[in-house]
Amino acid sequence: MLGNLIGVLFDGIAYGSLLFIISIGLSVTMGLMNFVNLAHGAFAMLGGYACVIAMTRLGLPFLASLPVAFVVSAVAGVVLERLLYRRLYRATHLDQVLFSIGLIFMAIAGATWLFGSQQQPVRLPDFLRGQVRVLGLDFGAYRLFLIVVVVAITLALTWLIERTRFGAEVRASVDNQQASVGLGINVERVFSLTFALGSGLAGLGGGLGIDVLGLDPTFPLKYMVYFLLVVAVGGAGTIKGPLFAALILGVFDVAGKYYVPQLGSFVIYVVMVAMLLVFPRGLVGRRA
Amino acid sequence: MTHALRTEGLSKSFGAFKANSNITLAFDAGARHAIIGPNGAGKTTLINLLTGVFRPTAGDVFLDEEKVSGLAQHQRVKRGMTRTFQINTLFPGLTVLESITLACCERAGAGAVWWRTAATATTQIDEAREILARLRLEGDAGIETRNLPYGKQRLLEIALALATRPKVLLLDEPAAGIPSSESAELFAVIAALPRDVSIIFIEHDMNLVFKFAEKITVLVGGAVLVEGAPDEIARDKRVREVYLGEAVHG
Amino acid sequence: MKIVAGLPTRKWSRFEIGFWLLPLIAFFVFPKYLTLGSQILIAGLFALSLDLILGYARIISLGHAAYFGVGAYTAGLLAKYGWGEPISGLVVAATVAATVGLITSFLVVRGQDLTRLMVTLGIGLMLFEAANQASSITGGVDGLSGVEMRPIFGVFAFGMDGRTAYVYSLAVLFIVFCFARTLVRSPFGLSLRGIREGEKRMPAIGVSVPRKLIVIYTVGAGIAGIAGALLAQTTQFVGIDTLGFPRSAELMIMLVLGGTGYLYGALVGAAVFMVLQDYLANLSAVYWQFWLGLLLVAIVMFARGGLMGGAIALHRRWLRSRT
Repeated sequence: MLGNLIGVLFDGIAYGSLLFIISIGLSVTMGLMNFVNLAHGAFAMLGGYACVIAMTRLGLPFLASLPVAFVVSAVAGVVLERLLYRRLYRATHLDQVLFSIGLIFMAIAGATWLFGSQQQPVRLPDFLRGQVRVLGLDFGAYRLFLIVVVVAITLALTWLIERTRFGAEVRASVDNQQASVGLGINVERVFSLTFALGSGLAGLGGGLGIDVLGLDPTFPLKYMVYFLLVVAVGGAGTIKGPLFAALILGVFDVAGKYYVPQLGSFVIYVVMVAMLLVFPRGLVGRRA
Repeated sequence: MTHALRTEGLSKSFGAFKANSNITLAFDAGARHAIIGPNGAGKTTLINLLTGVFRPTAGDVFLDEEKVSGLAQHQRVKRGMTRTFQINTLFPGLTVLESITLACCERAGAGAVWWRTAATATTQIDEAREILARLRLEGDAGIETRNLPYGKQRLLEIALALATRPKVLLLDEPAAGIPSSESAELFAVIAALPRDVSIIFIEHDMNLVFKFAEKITVLVGGAVLVEGAPDEIARDKRVREVYLGEAVHG
Repeated sequence: MKIVAGLPTRKWSRFEIGFWLLPLIAFFVFPKYLTLGSQILIAGLFALSLDLILGYARIISLGHAAYFGVGAYTAGLLAKYGWGEPISGLVVAATVAATVGLITSFLVVRGQDLTRLMVTLGIGLMLFEAANQASSITGGVDGLSGVEMRPIFGVFAFGMDGRTAYVYSLAVLFIVFCFARTLVRSPFGLSLRGIREGEKRMPAIGVSVPRKLIVIYTVGAGIAGIAGALLAQTTQFVGIDTLGFPRSAELMIMLVLGGTGYLYGALVGAAVFMVLQDYLANLSAVYWQFWLGLLLVAIVMFARGGLMGGAIALHRRWLRSRT
């Protein structure tokens, strides 16, 4: 019984970690540019497909394909930000929502046309398959890998935000855009780079998640609510908030599907609505 | 003696910053009462506390001796306390007449009427026209708020508040941004308001304050420094100290 | 009624009268397309319900299809289990949908745009899941069939030619439209415009904004329920896609295409969308989705007033060129 509980917790944490990697970009974009980007999942999907192409067409091993996923999504992020997103920063939230829905539709159609509507398989390297024995219990090796990657990324991001000049510029811009401009911070550049970083991380998450979340053209729609959930519940513009939110949601989703499978995804939506009622500004309370 | 508006130990802190400390004030009925003080003294915070925009950290607000501290903003308006905003907070896409008619309908409880068009609310429309006439805006009735010159927007700001038939009217820098040549006219309109409305206003322009106020409260650093009649305040040494280092502003 | 300094009156303009003649004329001119016609009318009613919420009250809802689906399933289940009288079925469906809307409105009017978005999205997804899981009642992914309708007023039966369905849908649409038209021109409608134009000032003139929003949200949900019930009754089938997010998204596209906040924009947008969809989606579903997305992006970037906004701007320019 306890073993099951620990297993569920572990799976939930791994799943939540994956959600976090993908969603953290959305959190920073929303906190920084106050832009509601529903299409964030499309960047994750792009990374996933880039990873698949790198493995099948270029013959790269899985681990080497992950940076490709990151770079492709990051570049796409910069290009789209410069060309399109930038013009809508001052638009109403409704316009931003509509715009991103349009992007989602285009992304799904494009992916269907290019890759077909089937699930993409992924060949994980041998050392990431199977189980690993820790403290007398068996844990999935891949899920353990996910957790390790997320811990590393979280530490790296925290270092970036807290210790580097760029991080200080991001924090200043989130806090008060006008004042930052007045201080001589190139806020436009901060936006572009942050968007690129967020999209890149999403792409990385997309590649990492092929095994856990699957990859097909409907990915941006299927998981859209999860990413938004993480940001809405965790609070946009922070790292800690979405991290906790993602882990909580991951655990609840896995636990819900395991213990009450008849209810399925119901549990997550109820948890989300409940949390939004109690914390309308997110767990870590920055402006939503 | 009952006061139109009263506070007891009203305080507001934002984290460690004390915007208002232990403010106990009483405003008489029919008052023409000014609140002055340097920038950052907490004057607008006080208005926000009085009207229910902020919840106090401590203390209470009494409107006509009824405790309103727990009431929301719109509930206090219904009980007779209305404020205007320092920065125009109007309805850009509505015409002047639409804006005031809206306020009149809401006051009259007709805001829930859905089965007739707004044009049939003739009582409220007449009432709105009358208010506009009092503020010399009747010629602009059909103009969209966003197309009004700034000075007239300031008047509309007050007209909206008057439409709620307040017993206590809080004016937050009514002459803000208006050149001193026009502000006297604005204040003449305010001074012409009937005595059954108690008027409390924040102002920076000392000429206007001394011309129209019958009583002055000086707020410094979030607390009441001194209160009294205009000539007492003008002579008060502490007040002159506070204002001596200030550049002339208004 | 005269125009009073911009305050709306009851008078119907020539454009409006001309507009409502079109579906009447279509009934006689396109007898073979009446089924599509009914679909357009129902979509128009659905879009109208969203216009009240989105165009007038500025509540961003990504889950409005939930109320459409609730109405559809209510009417469908009523008919399937013996109560096939159409009009009373419509009323019951509207009531149920409005009730669900009222309950969920308390969640929706709290919080900022993002919270509202999430809550509406979540509600839509929850109801979709619920319908999916309760497949013994709803038919799940296969949908609800066996919806048998009795004739309207005992006289007009629903036939294969779609004539009864068309006139029924048109009548319901017109009646509800008149109601919505009066509502937005009323003092209540004026207060909604006040919330839209200056939400911050509304409490300062004594208005409880959440209360107004709850009312309009409930009304919008009820009307969406009517549209869903119409669909169930005229097609005698309820698919689970009536509740899904893609339907909510398509609805928003229809409304934005036509222009929010005009009421007529909802109808025009729905008509244009449905006609385009009927023509293009048959060519290729993938192409349709791509161009739809592109259209949406284009509208947001270049033509935010939609078709109505553009038409009104042109009209103004034409008026000015004449003076």
